[in-house]
Amino acid sequence: MLATAEAGGWEAPGVSDFWQPLIGDGAWAITRPMFVMAISVVVIGAVLLALTKKLSIVPANKKQFATEALYGVVRNGVARDIIGSREFLKFVPLLFTMFVLIVVNNLVGTLPPVMFPTMSRFAFPVALTLIVFVLYHALGVKRKGAVGYIKSMVPPGIPIALLPIVFLLELFTYFISRPLTLAVRLFANMFAGHMLILVVYLGGEYLILHGDGLLPVAGVVSFLGGVGFSFFELLIQVLQAYIFTLLTAVYIAGSLADEH
Amino acid sequence: MEGSLNVIGYGLAAIGPAIAVGLIFAAYVSGVARQPEARGMLQPIALLGAALAEALALLGFVLTFIN
Repeated sequence: MLATAEAGGWEAPGVSDFWQPLIGDGAWAITRPMFVMAISVVVIGAVLLALTKKLSIVPANKKQFATEALYGVVRNGVARDIIGSREFLKFVPLLFTMFVLIVVNNLVGTLPPVMFPTMSRFAFPVALTLIVFVLYHALGVKRKGAVGYIKSMVPPGIPIALLPIVFLLELFTYFISRPLTLAVRLFANMFAGHMLILVVYLGGEYLILHGDGLLPVAGVVSFLGGVGFSFFELLIQVLQAYIFTLLTAVYIAGSLADEH
Repeated sequence: MEGSLNVIGYGLAAIGPAIAVGLIFAAYVSGVARQPEARGMLQPIALLGAALAEALALLGFVLTFIN
């Protein structure tokens, strides 16, 4: 990449590669990720409805078995373990919807024909985070009352002298750092991963097509590395969807818990 | 040779979270090695801790692009 940079022909992919308006321009443009998101919602709905058409108590067909396995990960592995067996059931629809929506929108970042992760545009994770943010505050206020909710943010057994500092820190955690990290984690993972893949493949292509001497060999190596990175990306994409769902459950559980 | 000093700063900023994530998974591995049946209980905790530590590195990554 050094040699090509000196030749002056290689232009590294940057932030601007992620702005892809399809219809219109400016703030109200219909962009590619918006389109992908809309299609993914329709596809997820149709596929899940089709997979769960003929249900039986003992899964007789593979389709139902696979869907239930996926559902079970969210229902038992996330919701029941984190929120607790008493009241996790009413949050399972939200958590499952979030998990499937995020996992599909992440995976299309690597898989053709889309090859663009929706969540690498910051507005999409922010929208999802906003739902979680409003939900866990509303749940906390509903369960404990406004004053009780504020009180419950501070862990018990703190010396009086430290109380103001701890209170401010907890306030910061609840209102700023939790939503910020939730949105930025998903966004930055998808953004960084896609950028990395762009650099590896475009750089490899440039080396193969325009490199002198042995540089095309380096380009081939870059391509092979890119294939490896693509599989690594698939892992990260599923993991990030899982972590987003897990953290949502943790925040909900924190608002519902009686003691801190 | 061109480049942004931001990227070097990000590289330095990533050291801390990298060590943190390593420590978290080291603790997870040794926990599972000592008590294999606790795996299901430890896994979400380990992933959660790793996600929290990793958030710091990712915040740094976003700051890299702010000029």
